[in-house]
Amino acid sequence: MTETTNASPLDLPVLTRKDFVSDQEVRWCPGCGDYSILAQTQKVMPDFGYPKENIVFISGIGCSGRLPYYMNTYGFHTIHGRAPAIATGLKAARPDLMVWVITGDGDALSIGGNHLVHSLRRNVDIRIIMFNNRIYGLTKGQASPTSEFGKVTKSSPYGTIDYPVSPLAIALAAEASFIARSVDTHTEHLQGTLEAAGKHHGSTFVEVLQNCNIFNDGAFRDFTDREVRDDRMLALTHGKPMIFGKDRDKGIRLNGHQPEIVTIGENGITEANLLVHDETDPLIAFMLAHIYWPEFPVPVGVIRRIHRPTHDRLISEQIEQAIASRGTGNLRRLLDGGETWTVE
Amino acid sequence: MTAVEERKTTERQLERVTIRFAGDSGDGMQLTGTQFTRTAAVFGNDISTYPDFPAEIRAPAGSLPGVSGFQLSFSSTEIHTPGDEPDVLVAMNPAALKANIADLPSGGALVVNEDAFTPANLGKVGYTANPLIDGSLSKYNLFSIPVSTLNVRALQGLELTNKQMDLTKNFFALGLMFWLYERSMDATLAWIDEKFSKRPVIAEGNKRALKAGYNFGETTEIFHERYIVPPAHLKPGRYRNITGNEAAALGFVAASQLAERPLFYGSYPITPASDILHQLAGYKNFGVKTFQAEDEIAAIGAAIGASYGGALGMTGTSGPGVALKSEALGLAVMVELPLVLIDVQRAGPSTGMPTKTEQADLLQVMFGRNSDSPIPIVAPATPGECFQYAIEAWRLALKYMTPVAFLSDAFLATGAEPWPIPDPDTLQSIAVPNRTEKAGFYPYLRDPETLARPWAVPGTPGLEHRIGGLEKADVLGNVSYDPDNHHTMQMLRQAKVAGIAADIPPLEVHGAPEGDLLILGWGSTYGAIRSAVERLRARGETVSHAHLRHLNPFPANTESVLRSFRRVLIPELNLGQLLMLVRSRYLIDAVGYNRVRGKPFRIVEIEAEANRLLAELKVAAT
Repeated sequence: MTETTNASPLDLPVLTRKDFVSDQEVRWCPGCGDYSILAQTQKVMPDFGYPKENIVFISGIGCSGRLPYYMNTYGFHTIHGRAPAIATGLKAARPDLMVWVITGDGDALSIGGNHLVHSLRRNVDIRIIMFNNRIYGLTKGQASPTSEFGKVTKSSPYGTIDYPVSPLAIALAAEASFIARSVDTHTEHLQGTLEAAGKHHGSTFVEVLQNCNIFNDGAFRDFTDREVRDDRMLALTHGKPMIFGKDRDKGIRLNGHQPEIVTIGENGITEANLLVHDETDPLIAFMLAHIYWPEFPVPVGVIRRIHRPTHDRLISEQIEQAIASRGTGNLRRLLDGGETWTVE
Repeated sequence: MTAVEERKTTERQLERVTIRFAGDSGDGMQLTGTQFTRTAAVFGNDISTYPDFPAEIRAPAGSLPGVSGFQLSFSSTEIHTPGDEPDVLVAMNPAALKANIADLPSGGALVVNEDAFTPANLGKVGYTANPLIDGSLSKYNLFSIPVSTLNVRALQGLELTNKQMDLTKNFFALGLMFWLYERSMDATLAWIDEKFSKRPVIAEGNKRALKAGYNFGETTEIFHERYIVPPAHLKPGRYRNITGNEAAALGFVAASQLAERPLFYGSYPITPASDILHQLAGYKNFGVKTFQAEDEIAAIGAAIGASYGGALGMTGTSGPGVALKSEALGLAVMVELPLVLIDVQRAGPSTGMPTKTEQADLLQVMFGRNSDSPIPIVAPATPGECFQYAIEAWRLALKYMTPVAFLSDAFLATGAEPWPIPDPDTLQSIAVPNRTEKAGFYPYLRDPETLARPWAVPGTPGLEHRIGGLEKADVLGNVSYDPDNHHTMQMLRQAKVAGIAADIPPLEVHGAPEGDLLILGWGSTYGAIRSAVERLRARGETVSHAHLRHLNPFPANTESVLRSFRRVLIPELNLGQLLMLVRSRYLIDAVGYNRVRGKPFRIVEIEAEANRLLAELKVAAT
């Protein structure tokens, strides 16, 4: 087996975005938000100091599942919903690899919900990028677990009667150690978010709001469009007060434990009254996972970031401890173990 | 058989004895049986065991569903089965008696704990009168012993609760059996000391119970005979006692060493496969990584991920779990990665009878995936063989870059036999290299001989490539919807597995290579078939036995073996699955003998069916 350690970036050839572009023709619909996510992903890849042969993209089924074919790294397009499970085994066997999981709202939250939750709670050192377009695209337009209540789709002509889930709330309940949200078209923000995700070690969950211009066009337009985004989205920075608005005059304050929107300068409100984002505070994270347009600005950025031992590290430590206390396994002694007798 | 006078008790030498311990599932019958087995094995007898326990951990005390049994046969000659019927039945309560008495032949010894035959316990299982005194057991050699009372008396003075005292009564029964068969208590006494080293009072209680049972046999006169079963003439060598699950776990660790790659085992708890997970979890100093997954699908998914990374990715389960893993197994077929799927079969369908044996997953692992999706299948025949077929499964998986199914069953998994410990130096390497050469690399460029594709693991510079569940272009490995390409790839996948036939040992025939009747078996029915064939041959019948260990593909000579006999009988613990494969593959009019009672075959059943067929042949010949 190859046991490549992460060499100092100085020893490695300098890679650029182009090094991560594969020879396969990209086959998403023209205008799909996936193009932007692919471009930003390729752009940030050189920044992590991994040689490209040590990077693996694993995907499930859905439009997002095609992304690994377009990355000139190792890639594995698996089966519906199971990418986190396959990534868990790969990372356990090969701690030296940088593993990314590309998934969608149906893949991650419906058929693969169980694997998502368990890979997150185990703090598997993988970066799960979930493209959330609130629809099933590849199967041509059925309601997904994030589709809004009452949505009329091919499979719900009278409106869906299923309440949607909050992907961030699920990630939080599963104790992911890194949770973030970004938007396909906000390229700079997306790039920064992917950078942060790539640098985190542990279970990393990024929800990317992604427009499906064929089956669910404009799903996020109300708050992501250039003209309104500053007023309707809340960009989070650790340690900074939660301020938003074109004029940077709006903020989030806690009234008891209820968040409320306040205007700086009105009713004696100053920055000091605003809630300060803390990536380690589970209560803030819970609140942020549940506020959404139109009642609130939509939070984007890193919601939660904590550090604890990763799954592969814990596996390796137990093996190291077992070897330290019992010595490297000896097959002869193992076979000869227990109660034996000799027949002359 | 010789009879030697010794005081009031005579000693009689027997060739073989079969004992069944039966009691409540909380009575420690499995432990009792296991302890007797160890002692008999170390003494040098050939042994075979059959633990038969309920799925309920503690069914209501004294009820029929709560009865747990452990049958063991020990012998001075080579044996293949745990015995058709017990010579001695130890019944710890009325439920155990009721559930087992039908299996005890007339004249068989019946040892009961008469203290448990209270009106309440009798009522629980529908006895209107106490069978110990109403004469209904007169055809047996009944030893009615107040085990509980005698045991409590032996424990006087120890600080034990009534409940704790009651829990030791199985050792009283064990001690009595040790006396009856002239066995040393030393191994069990040492085991008790070790097991309860932190609870000396419990250890003392159990030891006293064991000795009290032994001494009861020694001092009372109710047994007029003791029995000696001399050591068997096993092949010289070092032995240990082993169950199928234990042997499999050891075999997979050995495979990892022989392949020079770490073992990764993903599994979800399921009876009767969980013990493999438990055992492998203890082998961390061999670099074994175990993963208790969130479900069956994640267990195989993680194993596929580990194999993709260059490790030996393996998953283990029973029939219901295989059903859940089917789609992922298909992925492993498509991406042509090595993987071993362990299926410890149990009675189904659905949840079925989780602790009971069956061999009805053959067609599931053979065909239970979408599309044509061939995988090799191996099936050990005895607990000990689970070791060598664990290695064989990995040899095939690695050499041919394919998932392989390893079919065990509940009887093999929990049954035990003496196992000649192999010398690791005699085990052959199964190592295969990773592809590292950049020049001429294509993900689906095949080895011309094995048709295996290269194993290019992440981390290898210059070989970055993408694989997945979509159809691949031949050689190139890119996604392809080309009609002719798909046909080519389906044929290649089929040919790769079929080609393994040239790389496995021929089907061996025990007995004459041709004749009237061939009994063809697979898996855990080996012992019963072999014993039946030996009995028939001893009577001069031209009956032979062949046992398949490779079920896909079949050994290359299978057809010619089958065609060398006038009749082929295929006994299976299913409704005719190997039978279906053989008939469709060879157009041979084989006949099945099929029983699905959750229990192994008895020798007499197969013998009777063989006799019936032989009689038919004789009629046809006249």
